[in-house]
Amino acid sequence: MAELNLTERQAGDVTILDMSGKVTLGEGSVALRTTIRRLLGDGKKKILLNLGGVGYIDSSGIGELVSSFTAVNKEDGTLKLLNLTQKIQDLLAITKLLTVFDVYDSESDALSSFE
Amino acid sequence: MKIETKELSLPSRIESVEKAAVEAEMFAKQSGFAEDELHSIDMAVREAVANAVKHGNKLDETKKVEIAFKHSTHGFELVIRDFGEGFAVDEVPDPTNPENLLKADGRGILFMRAFMDRVEWFNHDEGGIIVKMLKKH
Repeated sequence: MAELNLTERQAGDVTILDMSGKVTLGEGSVALRTTIRRLLGDGKKKILLNLGGVGYIDSSGIGELVSSFTAVNKEDGTLKLLNLTQKIQDLLAITKLLTVFDVYDSESDALSSFE
Repeated sequence: MKIETKELSLPSRIESVEKAAVEAEMFAKQSGFAEDELHSIDMAVREAVANAVKHGNKLDETKKVEIAFKHSTHGFELVIRDFGEGFAVDEVPDPTNPENLLKADGRGILFMRAFMDRVEWFNHDEGGIIVKMLKKH
């Protein structure tokens, strides 16, 4: 499986990042960090991470999701998660991070929640 | 023919995490573990080797990470050793404690415990940490 691929699209003032590949120690985690920093630098503070194509994530990747969440919050923005696979949901449950993240199965529901 | 034991000695770099995980999966497959169990083994090996490379050996490539796999009557056994300064596993903060939830790291040990049936840490007499893990059949 390839390292992390990130494709950016805009839905109103919400930036959706379609993620595919792996979010793991090394390049995958760095790619996400760099992209979030750039979006915040561009003033894009409503971010929806679509994890539907992420087949693998490790503790470093989970840590990067947390870092992204705190970095966006610090800028008075909002970061939410979309389309978690069962494995990622399980990891967020184990780490009790389902209580932290706002998680959606439907893109339209997720977009409405930003309004 | 089923290989009963395998040993690896890998350099302390990030790429060794992938190498160890691939080797562990190939080895564990011989024991007939199901896909979900192989995923659990993969996760635990990655976390253990990442800890050894990053926190144990501190990415010092002159220090190796030694890994041993073994099929036993109990299941799939793994031993992973680094050559760092060691640590007290009981002193690692609980990442599920509300005050630690937003920390970026510290979840590797939690994952290892969640995905394996037994995980134990020992300080080696000559330095470094030994992690022993078991995935039962």
